[in-house]
Amino acid sequence: MAEGIKDKVAIIGMGCTKFGESWDKSYEDLIVDAFKECIEDAGIEKKDIPAAWFASCFDEVFAGKAGTPLSTTLKLPFLPVTRVENFCASGTEALRGAAYAVASGVYDIALALGVEKLKDTGYGGLPDFGSVMGTKNRLITPNMTAPGAFAMMATRYFSVYNLSPEEGKRMLARISSKSHHNGTLNPKAHLRREVTVEQIMNAPIVAWPLGLFDCCGVSDGGAAAIVTRADMAKKFRPDPVYVKSLQIALSSGEEIGYTDFDYAHVETGYRAGQRAYREAGITNPREEISMAELHDCFSITECVTYEDLQFSARGRAREDIESGRFDLDGPQPVQPDGGLKCFGHPIAASGLRMIYEMYKQLQGKAGPRQIKNPKLALTHNMGGMPALNLIGVCIVGL
Amino acid sequence: MVGITSYGAYIPRYRINRNTIYSAMGWLNPATLMPGEKAVANCDEDNISMAVAASLDCLNGLEREKIEGLYLATTTSPYRERQAAGIVATALDLRPEIRTADFTDSIKAGTTALLAACDAIKGGSAKRVIACAADSRLGKAGSAQEEIYGDGAAALLLGDSGVIATLEGSYSVSYDFTDHWRGEEDKFDRTWEDRWIRDVGYTKFIPEAISGLLKKYELSIKDFAKVVYPALYVREHAAIGKGLGADPGQIQQQMLATVGDSGVASPLMMLVAALEDAKPGDKILLASYGNGSDAMFFQVTQEIDKVRDRRGIKGHLALKRELTSYEKYAAFRGTIPIEKGIRGDEIAFTQLSNLWRERRAVLALYGSKCKRCGTPQYPPQRICVRPDCGAIDEMEDYRFSDKKGHLFTYTGDSLAFSTSPPAIYGMIDFEGGGRYNFDLTDCDLDSIKVGMPVEMSFRRKYADPARGIYGYFWKAVPVQA
Repeated sequence: MAEGIKDKVAIIGMGCTKFGESWDKSYEDLIVDAFKECIEDAGIEKKDIPAAWFASCFDEVFAGKAGTPLSTTLKLPFLPVTRVENFCASGTEALRGAAYAVASGVYDIALALGVEKLKDTGYGGLPDFGSVMGTKNRLITPNMTAPGAFAMMATRYFSVYNLSPEEGKRMLARISSKSHHNGTLNPKAHLRREVTVEQIMNAPIVAWPLGLFDCCGVSDGGAAAIVTRADMAKKFRPDPVYVKSLQIALSSGEEIGYTDFDYAHVETGYRAGQRAYREAGITNPREEISMAELHDCFSITECVTYEDLQFSARGRAREDIESGRFDLDGPQPVQPDGGLKCFGHPIAASGLRMIYEMYKQLQGKAGPRQIKNPKLALTHNMGGMPALNLIGVCIVGL
Repeated sequence: MVGITSYGAYIPRYRINRNTIYSAMGWLNPATLMPGEKAVANCDEDNISMAVAASLDCLNGLEREKIEGLYLATTTSPYRERQAAGIVATALDLRPEIRTADFTDSIKAGTTALLAACDAIKGGSAKRVIACAADSRLGKAGSAQEEIYGDGAAALLLGDSGVIATLEGSYSVSYDFTDHWRGEEDKFDRTWEDRWIRDVGYTKFIPEAISGLLKKYELSIKDFAKVVYPALYVREHAAIGKGLGADPGQIQQQMLATVGDSGVASPLMMLVAALEDAKPGDKILLASYGNGSDAMFFQVTQEIDKVRDRRGIKGHLALKRELTSYEKYAAFRGTIPIEKGIRGDEIAFTQLSNLWRERRAVLALYGSKCKRCGTPQYPPQRICVRPDCGAIDEMEDYRFSDKKGHLFTYTGDSLAFSTSPPAIYGMIDFEGGGRYNFDLTDCDLDSIKVGMPVEMSFRRKYADPARGIYGYFWKAVPVQA
């Protein structure tokens, strides 16, 4: 009987760069910045690290393929370095690789680092899916962008739950407004200003019905974690954060090809959540999860994720959004750091950035954003589009 | 008995009022104003896509596997070498063991293709051949051609049984008459003086071919219910008929004020319009124009009443949306360079070996259907997509192009590159099963909603002008009530 990852691995150090349009920083700078903070936080040196997992997504346009961008930038002494890429969930994949390596007993310590230098791509927003989904795809799939693919989920959600565009957009605006508020409290966030529901509702449309403020920013950033065996963790620090679960789920093809999928939720999010709760021994996520960083690439993604992860009942997210359940001072804060909404989404860095915030919150080091007595924290990292994607869920706790 | 067994036509949805063109460009050449409107191919349409649409209208409900040839007449192919008829035949899902050919380089090529198809059947080398014609010709900004030329297509199925109009005879004249031409590097026609074209071209060659035919078969112009021929101007068109001794009621009206001069397609589109109104026993005389003229005459049979359900000319004329912006028209035709942004400029090389392997999925919209559970799926799969089935290698081919569907969800994407933003796309659920993401075309974001019925239309999906490659695929069009 498989035991799962619960309480076998601990995070003993993390680093995260400031996210933003870092015109004066290269991807190497971002790697070094995240790494320096990470090993200082862990209280270790480079020579203590025997293996690394490196995440980057748009490799062709900046760092190149393979693990060498990490190994050569950090001058790792001929270490085993694996590059992982799983769309926008690549950062969580790096952590999963490092955690599994430690849990297997092959290594006592491992580094996970994700970086993305999007502002050298030349695109506002991400490059089209056509360039990342293979050449056959381009022959038969619309020139979709990420906002468009997720906008189709908003159209569907409004239709299934009988919301007028005005009602639907107001519900979504409340999600973004909340995250913008949290972002003002975070010096590492890219976007740091309050945005009202009215401003969000009146913003230019990017992909109907999603407007500018329904979309996360585009930025550069890097984040890193050092993991070790749980039984060794307290040798490094008194407050390690333990991995309770690490699960991913990938589309089976039925969402895009079989007519049962309602497109008003993300099936992989539900499946990954179920597996993660089982692995972590959680039976009532609405009550047991203290806080979460969800993959709010778009406001609608955060909305359906409340339901997919059972923070809200199916079709009932709107009530919880409007009651302030997910606000920083609410009963189940979501995106306390400002989320992708305020950090932007340097693809392979985001998953580790989410865990960085949960780690700091659990250690009581989140400053003005500090949530009272958090016990269990969840991150949800999605790659792809609603009908064809993968989702990584990580649960960490003290 | 050889002749026409079915007909179809296509007129693109967009029309531009000639005043709109004149308001933008009339300052340059005040003498260009013409009345009415003209049909404008959408930015994702060209001669190939329009030929497919007209041929699908023609083949409505007929057995495509029995077609033995496809002749395409056009002067506006995007490729100098890559047979357009081959692309059309693949999109129509005709079998590969057929004869295909492009008829080109003269706007009389439509009737020449029609004659060649009839000859093939008469000669016994084929039983059913499609002759289709499509053109989307360009005029320079401010030119008379820009006002006159319109876009359209027609298709005729020729055969020797179930004939609705028998081909009774033909008479052709051919001259190296250089009234307009396009050199190797030319994007636009060059022309000689229009009065010369009118007086020495149209008003000489068409009567010469028609008179030759009447004489050859000992007929009188009065024997014909309809006389069908093109001309550049309304008055000239009437004068040619009058000169031949035809009553105004015998003359098939041109579509200059509704479609424009659609080049090779013009005479065949007018023939389709004549067939729509024809009664059994009618004789129809058709003559084309272009480096001479082909004249042919048909006798309508009782079978004509069996093909009344085509969208044809009448149906397509009724389906229209006004294009109110000259600049948008010019951008659609590529006559003004537009800012495409990095998303529009970045085009990967089309992997032609991949396209060949996937040609039925891409060009004919074939998916697969699970023989175990009956689920249709797109693109073709080897392992059944239905989660409680999952059968391996139990698939049969399944064509989606002729299936109706409904719009499951959609968006209008202002970030994605489109020549007609926002890019509207959505997920289509097909009647009978199957689902995929498709572009939507010929519609506005404001006019579409979840659940509305759609049909599939073959369109140009992308252009890679730097490499001379044009990609085609199917898009969804909302069905007009």
